[in-house]
Amino acid sequence: MVIDCKHVWEHISGYLDGDLAPEILEEVQKHLDHCGICSAILDSTRNILILTADERVFELPLGYSDRLHARLDAEIGGMGAPDGRGSDPVPF
Amino acid sequence: MSAAASAANTGCGREARKIASILAGNTHEFHELIRPYERGAYVMALSMLKNEADAEDVAQEAFLKAYRGLRSFRAEAKFSTWLMSIVLNEARNRLRRKNAVQMESLDEPPGTETRISPTLLRDWREIPSETLERMEVRSMLRDAVSALSPIYREVLLLRDVEEMSVGESAEALGISQAAVKVRLHRARLMLQKRLAPQLKKMNSKRGWFGWL
Repeated sequence: MVIDCKHVWEHISGYLDGDLAPEILEEVQKHLDHCGICSAILDSTRNILILTADERVFELPLGYSDRLHARLDAEIGGMGAPDGRGSDPVPF
Repeated sequence: MSAAASAANTGCGREARKIASILAGNTHEFHELIRPYERGAYVMALSMLKNEADAEDVAQEAFLKAYRGLRSFRAEAKFSTWLMSIVLNEARNRLRRKNAVQMESLDEPPGTETRISPTLLRDWREIPSETLERMEVRSMLRDAVSALSPIYREVLLLRDVEEMSVGESAEALGISQAAVKVRLHRARLMLQKRLAPQLKKMNSKRGWFGWL
């Protein structure tokens, strides 16, 4: 089976996650080895995801952690150990 | 057992012991328990609410809710997954309350059954992470994530920013693993489609290192 560019694009995410079935992986790899366009799409996607995950992209506001722990101190202090009563339902 | 799995088990075991200790009355240990998740909670809330003050407030509320509900936490789930699902719920509730009219739909956006085509490139010159020193690049990336529909944004942040597994992301979002994979694939291609031309254009105008 020879797959074309559009089929390879369907597998970009699975390829990056190492999540493709062996037979699909083999076809995708074969295609990538010879197709500059699909290789560039794969490289750019991988590169963009690495940049997006960098912690400089989403910076924490100055003092965020201090304010969070101060609030927890203030509220937990008056609450005691969690007893599970009166709390909102939690997802699972 | 692999070294990674063993380390994860140790981490989970440590958290389980800490949770037991908090429930037994050592409430101050809650601070330490949540420290690794402070950042993820804020980023998730910010990406949903797009407002720093709201995001900070939602993160605080979510941690308080987690504290109050700690006894209902099931040990077979991962604490981080449970916590992130509380943050997501809190952020969604805040959105509903705050802006019911302009609220973004949490449902599948129309037209998503169609295939997403990435930006076609003949070659890609690696963009080094040093370029993130530039505010405009950080802002470009944030804008691209913000522009995704919520269902794609959530899954992208859980998987690619928080580095949660497919299974954990599925549990936190309350969807199937197959849905996580489909949404993630679309989210990643949408980011590539939008960002690749922008980044390539900047890269070709001036070498990255030339303007660092």
